Amino acid sequence: MAEYLILINEDESSYATATPDVLQQVMEAHNRFAKQVEETGGSIVSGRALQPTSTATSIRDDVVTDGPFAETKEALGGYYLVEARDLDHALEIAKLCPARFGGVEVRPVMVFDGM
Amino acid sequence: MSGLPAEPGPSTGSGAGKDRPTAADAVADAHRREWAFVLAATARVAGDLDLAEECVQDAYVSALEAWSRQGVPRNPGAWLTTAARHRAIDVLRRDTTLRRKLPLLVEPDEAAPLQPGDPGGAGKGSLMIPDDRLRLIFTCCHPALAREAQVALTLRLVCGLSTAEIAQAFLVSEPTMAARVTRAKKKISGARIAYRVPAEPELPERLDAVLTVVHLLYTTGHTSPGGGDLVRDDLVDRACGLARMLSLLMPDEPEIRGLLALLLLTGARRATRCAPDGRLLLLEEQDRSQWDRAAIDEGTALVRAALRGGRPGRFALQAAIAAVHAQAPAYGDTDWRQILGLYDLLVRAWASPVVALNRSVALAMADGPEAGLAAIGDLERDGRLAGYRYLPATKADLLRRLGRRDEAAEAYRCALELTANQPERDFLSRRLAEVTGSPPGR
Repeated sequence: MAEYLILINEDESSYATATPDVLQQVMEAHNRFAKQVEETGGSIVSGRALQPTSTATSIRDDVVTDGPFAETKEALGGYYLVEARDLDHALEIAKLCPARFGGVEVRPVMVFDGM
Repeated sequence: MSGLPAEPGPSTGSGAGKDRPTAADAVADAHRREWAFVLAATARVAGDLDLAEECVQDAYVSALEAWSRQGVPRNPGAWLTTAARHRAIDVLRRDTTLRRKLPLLVEPDEAAPLQPGDPGGAGKGSLMIPDDRLRLIFTCCHPALAREAQVALTLRLVCGLSTAEIAQAFLVSEPTMAARVTRAKKKISGARIAYRVPAEPELPERLDAVLTVVHLLYTTGHTSPGGGDLVRDDLVDRACGLARMLSLLMPDEPEIRGLLALLLLTGARRATRCAPDGRLLLLEEQDRSQWDRAAIDEGTALVRAALRGGRPGRFALQAAIAAVHAQAPAYGDTDWRQILGLYDLLVRAWASPVVALNRSVALAMADGPEAGLAAIGDLERDGRLAGYRYLPATKADLLRRLGRRDEAAEAYRCALELTANQPERDFLSRRLAEVTGSPPGR
């Protein structure tokens, strides 16, 4: 098994304007996702949602600035770290991952020699 | 059949013995016929595509020496595979850091139940080397790799072309192509793209990616993107070889049959597409007696088989259209109604604006140029074909046929601006002169 990070990139403004009903659906989708991952034979190592980019602070060369590195319509809003057999398995899991206001990106986690 | 790797794997003994080929000839022949088999089988042992390639290259070098001393073995592919695999095991034994690198992810055999009665493997009992060529090509064409990387990897790993040759075929610099290949290989190991043939639910989509790559190779060779020659024979041959290999390894896939049929039927006209002076000849002007009958017969039989069992795919339908053209004794006998009907099906199976453009040509032939022009008008408004040279070229031709010479001239100029292939440019310039100059004297 190998670890993959599923990065959830979504349009923040859609969340800001979503009705409680929609937010409820999103929560339920994520709860379902956890079960579905188990069914594929994979597992979730960890997963979190992030506060919106309006709360982000960037640092470059020790200079602290307000805001994220890049202002884009779709921003990283959360992640799952999952265990999967190979890329195809990770993609199968990632396709199940809820991201109704955007999409997800799958990144293999780097493994260093001797770790 | 022009030296295509028609027979797979080591059990064929590829014609050794007849004329006692020299070692160099035998090595060159084995390079063309057996490269994919040898590399695919070595990759499984080496656990790394780069290492596998190195070992296979070494095996070919040592074959040259060994075969000139001891004669060409009865089964060159098996000899090469054994040599390359031993070399890989040797290297791994000595260099333990290599083994700790992310190894190529080889799925156990039961994950790919595609080998019963397969023609190259254990079926004939001559050898127990599994035929991994399908794994190799599915790995090269994995959708997580960009299309251009899929194409480059397939030529490099499955066909055994050098980076320089691939760079030349796609008109990019050698370092650019080398970087593209290296990046793709790194992604295979870094992201753990498995070395396997995909299982049922994903198979149709994954197979489509493989067929797209083979078709792209063919079309790149069929009308090269630039330069003086209309056809790049080597790419065309490689694409046909790959289609044949796939149809032997997966004989029940209608779309593979369809692709092979399409390549055969299109290839049958190859010798007649240019005049002796290099001038481009249209379907209408080609000498049909020079078309390759054997290829047409084989292609037509494959089309029939591919169309059996309902819901034909995009390659089977394109092949069916090519077959209707091939069956017409003369251009004037072409059954445009049937071709239009096939295009209607094709547009539904494959919603591509290029298909819609070709359909508009069939429509113009069946119902007159105005009908074709109306369909082209829709495509111009759609906008996706902006910059596609065949759109203004087709429009120009229909306008010319309607005698609307000024509009035709404008469309020819527009097509010329987008065309780099010299025989095509010459053709368009001739037509432009025709519609702007004095009325032709016939």
